[in-house]
Amino acid sequence: MSEENKLPKRSPFSAQIDLAKFELATEEEKRQQDVMSESTTFLKDGMRRLKKNPLAMGSIVILVLILLLIIIAPRVVPYTYSGIITVDGVRDKSAKNLAPFTYSKLEQEYIDEGGKVFPHILGTDEMCRDYFMRVIYGTRVSLFVGLFASVLVLIIGVFYGSISGYAGGRVDMIMMRIVDIIYSLPDLLMVILLSVVLSQVITFQPGSLMAKLGSNMISLFIVFGLLYWVGMARLVRGQILSIKENEYVLAAQSIGAKSGRIIKRHILPNCISVIIISTALQIPSAIFTESFLSFVGLGVQAPMPSLGSLANSARDGLQSYPYKLVFPAVMICLIVLAFNLLGDGLRDAFDPKLKD
Amino acid sequence: MSSENEYLVEVKDLKEHFPVRTGFFEKTMLKAVDGVSFQIKPGETLGLVGESGCGKTTVGRTLLHLYKPTGGQILFEGEEVTENNINEYRKRMQMVFQDPYSSLNPRMTVEDIIGEPLDVHKMYSSKAERRDKILGLMETVGLNAEHATRYAHEFSGGQRQRIGIARALAVRPKFIVCDEPVSALDVSIQAQVINMFEDLQHKMGMAYLFIAHDLLIVKHISDRIAVMYLGRIVEIGDADEVYHSPKHPYTVSLLSAVPIPDPKTAKERQRIILTGDVPSPMNLPSGCAFRTRCPYATDKCAAECPSLTDRGDGHMVACWNK
Repeated sequence: MSEENKLPKRSPFSAQIDLAKFELATEEEKRQQDVMSESTTFLKDGMRRLKKNPLAMGSIVILVLILLLIIIAPRVVPYTYSGIITVDGVRDKSAKNLAPFTYSKLEQEYIDEGGKVFPHILGTDEMCRDYFMRVIYGTRVSLFVGLFASVLVLIIGVFYGSISGYAGGRVDMIMMRIVDIIYSLPDLLMVILLSVVLSQVITFQPGSLMAKLGSNMISLFIVFGLLYWVGMARLVRGQILSIKENEYVLAAQSIGAKSGRIIKRHILPNCISVIIISTALQIPSAIFTESFLSFVGLGVQAPMPSLGSLANSARDGLQSYPYKLVFPAVMICLIVLAFNLLGDGLRDAFDPKLKD
Repeated sequence: MSSENEYLVEVKDLKEHFPVRTGFFEKTMLKAVDGVSFQIKPGETLGLVGESGCGKTTVGRTLLHLYKPTGGQILFEGEEVTENNINEYRKRMQMVFQDPYSSLNPRMTVEDIIGEPLDVHKMYSSKAERRDKILGLMETVGLNAEHATRYAHEFSGGQRQRIGIARALAVRPKFIVCDEPVSALDVSIQAQVINMFEDLQHKMGMAYLFIAHDLLIVKHISDRIAVMYLGRIVEIGDADEVYHSPKHPYTVSLLSAVPIPDPKTAKERQRIILTGDVPSPMNLPSGCAFRTRCPYATDKCAAECPSLTDRGDGHMVACWNK
């Protein structure tokens, strides 16, 4: 090799470079070196990965469609979830248990006379109420409960977990033992006991949203607020314990930043992915719990429907009208599945390390 | 005393002990720093060397009250720095960290990282002023203005360390603790960063406590050098003096291990290889901590711990025999 180079022999360890073997870089090659990859933020990067995931994007589309449906439908459909169907101002007692897209005797007469009747897309129930509107309102209630309970869990869990993790030492130990105690409380028993007590104690202003939802829902929220945040708190604490070991936290301390600022600016942004993911997965579990409680009769106050209570009342006429069970059940499945798939997609997009 | 204000930073008998759980109920104190004293004049660089785990980094961090000192005093311009008034001194003492990868928040832009000290101390009156200051700092450390909106992970190690330095400079400190700022960089970048440290010192007149384990770098940048062994300073003095005529047997062996970039000289040199291991800082030997590995150890070394004594021109050595 050295003969080929026509260079004198040197120590084998010296870095001898034959300049003749190199050639000058062209302008284009130089420019290629200059280009830095486009600046991306953490959010942009995650969204880009999320967009490549067909399951997650499909879930988003389904959720958006459901959201549009429950917002727009009550404005378009002239029926209410609690009112008996009226034809030309007269209560229509014959519109009981209609099949989808059929009309009652009274309605048929009215149509024959030239009047217009909005079709019953999913038929009616045994109390002459439009079933489509009941499913729509049931979905509203279930989604509202799911989102509200998850936000409650998010706020309490993140607040508690970040204090515990950041303070560390004895404070952390005491706070985590409290979490352990709460973890051991049976949640369903608590819901049942609380709803019994609350229905005696609380009186609502008639007509308010809370009165419509009923004391069972209040106890459900309270139990979520009291019991379900512990999982989130543990998760956030674990994240913070590992993040606060980073030197940039020490650097912020040396700058003179206060603890609140360090948690807000340095620690929480670095565990936000875990928080988003677990909130997305919390929503379906809250919807499930609400549906279950409504199904066993501890859910929303009648006549307000929820998907669970609709499924429960459909059970009575299951042999004659099986479709009444199918609609709320499919709705629950769609929502829960979509949120679960979205949660998985978010995890893959924002926390690639967690994948497999 | 008139000497009170002669020094910018004065450390007296600084101690930092960490409790370590050894059994179910037992706790042993890990003496990371055990009675360290030194002074730094304005505009001066004190190099702090020693092997891994000897407490160099702990000295730097305790100095800035990032760890609560177990004992001793820290004086800044003659005034004692305590837990309560540390926030006033955060503007005058800053730190550059060892690892340029973990010392910058990956979720913040360069602009926000450098601007954070300005935000914390409210050192600007308008957004434009904040931006001007940040761009000025970036120029000082050799970064382009277009880098401001980028995230730290988009930069190389050397550029990241420049960002870290700009952050430390933001409050215009008089004293910077440099905690092995170049040990995570490769050699060519090390030289650039070291030269930048020197240029900045000339321009702004700051004092450095320069912590490193590379003796050549420390000798290059320091006015004075302090050598640490197991939480204590064993030798301190003028950089050339310590480098060329070391007194303490530990310093001598440390210097004999410095790689020389010339094979011939390296062959002729006598390498002193110490026997034994470094004792655990949780269970220090009695008397002088170095006596278990010292070729000159006597009974006196085991009985009593030597204190730093002046051997002329401020060259202080803690040894009974040398």
